[in-house]
Amino acid sequence: MAGTFNFNVVAPDGQVFNKEVEFVVVPGVTGEIGILPNHAPLVAGLGIGVIRYKDEGVDKKIAISGGFMEVANNKVTVLAKTAEKAEDIDVERAKAAKERAEKRLQERKPETDVVRAQIALQRALVRLKAAE
Amino acid sequence: MAGVREIRRRIRSVSNMQQITKAMKMVAAAKLRRAQEKVVASRPYAQQIQNVLARLAQVQAQVQTEEAHPLLTKRPVKKIGYVLITADAGLCGGYNSNLIRLARGLVEEQAEQEVALLTVGRKGSDYFVRRQVEILSRFTGLGDSPDFNQARKIASEIIGLYTAGELDEVYLIYSKFISALTQQPTVAKLLPIEPSTEKAEGEYIFDPSPEQLLEQLLPSYIESQVFSALLESKASEMGARMTAMDSATENAKEMIDKLTLAMNRARQAAITTEISEIVGGAAALE
Repeated sequence: MAGTFNFNVVAPDGQVFNKEVEFVVVPGVTGEIGILPNHAPLVAGLGIGVIRYKDEGVDKKIAISGGFMEVANNKVTVLAKTAEKAEDIDVERAKAAKERAEKRLQERKPETDVVRAQIALQRALVRLKAAE
Repeated sequence: MAGVREIRRRIRSVSNMQQITKAMKMVAAAKLRRAQEKVVASRPYAQQIQNVLARLAQVQAQVQTEEAHPLLTKRPVKKIGYVLITADAGLCGGYNSNLIRLARGLVEEQAEQEVALLTVGRKGSDYFVRRQVEILSRFTGLGDSPDFNQARKIASEIIGLYTAGELDEVYLIYSKFISALTQQPTVAKLLPIEPSTEKAEGEYIFDPSPEQLLEQLLPSYIESQVFSALLESKASEMGARMTAMDSATENAKEMIDKLTLAMNRARQAAITTEISEIVGGAAALE
């Protein structure tokens, strides 16, 4: 094992996660990016998706809805618009949000903001996926 | 000298007031604690986004091939926008008037450029609506704990006005929270963005390109700046209210003491008069 590195997730309303981990995969806008210790300095844009990380051999997940990542000096910082640890996700709420978004997309009323509904749906799906 | 009964009535009304100010003080103290926690919690994000921005801006400065991003570009200043953040409610000492005074000074100072305001909070907009100052948009009813979506709404309004060429420079006027006793009205430049030129070590990989990243990062940066200002202002407001209500309670107590003294004196005087009347009456009979 090549060791660990510091993994830090911050959202506008506070720090979500800050710990030494062994491995991280983040949802980059151009595809998933995997980070191992001693990664080269990197700044990346993140999409809506699930961050997976390995903490003392256990796989864990965080759902995020877009943001940025900076890797430097064996330190990974994720700036997320919103971030929720899998164990904190309210599955019922996510399901309700998903159904709401689906309904809005199906009905396609003229006043519906399709792009927003799609994003809302995507966010709900990601949260459900992370909570699994 | 006022009669005993009148003084007693005044004491009762002052002590009712004291109860109210005391309750307001305690509520403000509780809210202050929550607001303070939020300020602290929001700092890591604000700090990090500034770091990332500095890295990107540095790369952009090195390349210098294309035009810089519009939010970074300086242009001749024809119209300045001030985003004035005040409270919705009063009863918080000099908090609102300090901010309004600062804003008025800035507005009057600008002789050559046009000035417009965007107000957050009812007090600021109420004040400037009565004066000949253009208010481009108004945000009220933010509640006791501003959330990021509110900041996002305000930020997108600001960015919209700036990119449309409506405003050429935007400043934030808000109250910096130093402690429960001290709040500092502050002016901070929001647009165009001037990233700190702190130097970064190492060559960075960018994914996607720095230009595309900036495209996304700059609005997020503005949102984060606005959000921090909102949180700081809210904490300041609560601090100011707590202090104001504390001194109001203190003053009420002083007043009650004074009135009690006056009441006792009046009562004594009344008794003395009565006795001397009786004595005088008895003496007249002899």
